Amino acid sequence: MDFNYTDEQNALRDTLSRYIVKDYPFEARRALAKSADGFSREHWKQFAELGLLALPFPEDFGGLSVTGGNAVDTLLVMEAFGRGLVLEPYLSTVIVAGGLVRDAGSAAQKEALLPAVAGGERMLALAHFERGARYEVSRVDTAAKADGGGWKLSGAKGVVLGGGSADTLLVSASTGKGLSLFLVDARAKGVAVRNYMTQDGARAAEIALDNVAVGADALVGPEGGALPLIERALDYGIAALCAEAVGIMAALNEATLEYLKTRKQFGQAIGRFQALQHRMVDMVIATEQSRSMAMMAAVKADSADAAERRRAVSAAKAYIGQQARFVGQQAVQLHGGMGVVDELNVSHYFKRLTMIDLTFGNTDHHLGLFSDMLLAA
Amino acid sequence: MDLNYTAEEQAFRAEVRAFVTTHLPADISAKVKGGKRLAKDDFVRWQKVLHAKGWGATMWPQKFGGTGWSAVQQYIFEEECAEAGAPLQLPFGLRMVAPVIQAFGSKGQQEHFLPRIVDGSDWWCQGYSEPGSGSDLASLKTRAERQGDHYVVNGQKTWNTLGQYADWIFCLVRTSGEGRPQEGISFLLIDMKTPGITVRPIIMNDGEHEINEVWFEDVKVPVQNLVGEENKGWTYAKFLLGHERTGIAGVGRSKAALHHLKEIARQETSAGRPMIEDQRFRDRIAQVELELMALEITNMRVLSAEKEKKAPGPEASILKIKGSEIQQTIAELQMQAMGHYALPWLPEALDPAWPGKPVGAGYAAPLSGHYFNYRKTTIYGGSNEIQKNIIAQMILGL
Repeated sequence: MDFNYTDEQNALRDTLSRYIVKDYPFEARRALAKSADGFSREHWKQFAELGLLALPFPEDFGGLSVTGGNAVDTLLVMEAFGRGLVLEPYLSTVIVAGGLVRDAGSAAQKEALLPAVAGGERMLALAHFERGARYEVSRVDTAAKADGGGWKLSGAKGVVLGGGSADTLLVSASTGKGLSLFLVDARAKGVAVRNYMTQDGARAAEIALDNVAVGADALVGPEGGALPLIERALDYGIAALCAEAVGIMAALNEATLEYLKTRKQFGQAIGRFQALQHRMVDMVIATEQSRSMAMMAAVKADSADAAERRRAVSAAKAYIGQQARFVGQQAVQLHGGMGVVDELNVSHYFKRLTMIDLTFGNTDHHLGLFSDMLLAA
Repeated sequence: MDLNYTAEEQAFRAEVRAFVTTHLPADISAKVKGGKRLAKDDFVRWQKVLHAKGWGATMWPQKFGGTGWSAVQQYIFEEECAEAGAPLQLPFGLRMVAPVIQAFGSKGQQEHFLPRIVDGSDWWCQGYSEPGSGSDLASLKTRAERQGDHYVVNGQKTWNTLGQYADWIFCLVRTSGEGRPQEGISFLLIDMKTPGITVRPIIMNDGEHEINEVWFEDVKVPVQNLVGEENKGWTYAKFLLGHERTGIAGVGRSKAALHHLKEIARQETSAGRPMIEDQRFRDRIAQVELELMALEITNMRVLSAEKEKKAPGPEASILKIKGSEIQQTIAELQMQAMGHYALPWLPEALDPAWPGKPVGAGYAAPLSGHYFNYRKTTIYGGSNEIQKNIIAQMILGL
């Protein structure tokens, strides 16, 4: 076991933290959230220049990763992005959809997509979840019918993260052989994208597919074999969300501690009151324990053993969901009235933490998965 | 960063497991796993077995006769011992007084006491709390007056664990009434056979004799048994508490206890089905397992960082708080898993030699008592509220 980051990882962390402080101030971020795209293409370009968009991809396809996707690098990026409340669709493009193409795509598909993603020229999104399925990964009503040499896709995908900005969608659909995955041009005929803002200022989309025609080369991975691939990509996504949550929790703790030391009532700093001191301590403990779980999820997300990976990821998502709820709610509480106003970053951090819990399976969902694994053990 | 065990660490685990499973006396592990009462000899025998292997003090540096193991190695050892059903290596000598003697004791004290701790010759107990001084430890009143080459000690200590077996007690005593209460405290090593010491049992809520009151009446202690400087004892006391907190997380033991809980939940039935299939109960097990998974990593993060700084910091308080809460939760779930068969009280069933027939399952007898007893864990070693004060002051600067 080794709890230290490599020199390269430390350098990456320093770069990111400088970037977030200098180039991603809260006020500018608020304006970005209200812009047409909901994020900045300029930032995206800089992410590409910093190598962030290439981080999880192999060198052969324009990437930087020697190991083929080290989730610990992603952990560092996402923790910093949490602190900055970064709006750019990094999770959806690079980690989830990019990870899927990396792990399941043919050489030609990787060649066509990954260098363009790494270079910041193309955005991707996984259009998988549907309204009726809630968090059940295996349940997909969207259908793909063989049509000539290709396929025709019909169905509806819900709350597709980054779906509005994606150039290429990875759409899951059932064929006669089971769950399969297809590359779909977001501007193809029959694709209708309804883009909207989410509670935390990011963007998602409802995507309707009406007899969308794709070629035979659009199939990603084996026909009927998409489920384990999607599960793995979502697990990478969950590990990333866990790290983002830890970044936010740490930032909230710093803000709250500062507030306790400066806000005066009854003639003294409110941090003098033991009731508030102990609450603050509980927030710190929750965050450190969550950091441990996020580290575990990051390491195990790379594990070749699917059962071990799934168990670790569900454990982390359930646990961090609970702790993030506590830290978020208490940060608001300890800020008093200032905790519930739009003007201060505290309410924005709280909203993002809350939406992270609801993404890719909430606490109850993952606690249930983890709990059910006890039956098999 | 890699949270997977390296090949060397896996080989080390195999080595520890091979040794522990072949050298841990079967009668002792049967008692530990069955929740039976342990005798002094059980603890001492195991310590002597470990000492013979050179593993008597895994938390000490090599120059004092320890193994000098890394934090990860210590954890692997702890986990393997717990899984095998080894008795806890009692902390009073190994984890509490020894680090103080190593850091602040005289050469003579180091040479005399440390080998006798690691080889199991001396059983140590703690003289910290007093009836009027619990969380406010610095208010302690037990006095030591210098008379020639002796201190004469008068006063009363309490919450003294297993002192009925002890050869030595380390005590915080007041040597000065000047200045702040913290400034007049000294750290004394006292032979329990010294005339004037009386040990009186305190019976715990599980009916067991685990703790004592210790009375001192004109007890003569040679001045060479003073550790470090007179009136500097508070510094040593805090140092000791840091070490105590570090060992107190008990992750390995909680993993073994969680394993036992799952076994019980597979055996006990509700409406004809194992309790583990009761989703409401299973979710409670899952919840405490999540807490334990997080603590396992936090524990090693903190211990690895400490290893580099050479002394426990206030972060150890996090381990104490979470570790004790988890221990209590697992104990509570073990009792709850029994349903109404948690009611019978059979103290005789805790005697390893008892020939009687258990009421209900054989594993039932110790569980409720264990739950009651384990309410102590959030109180001892500095209550969890005191730990939060420490974090608030030392880490957060509040």
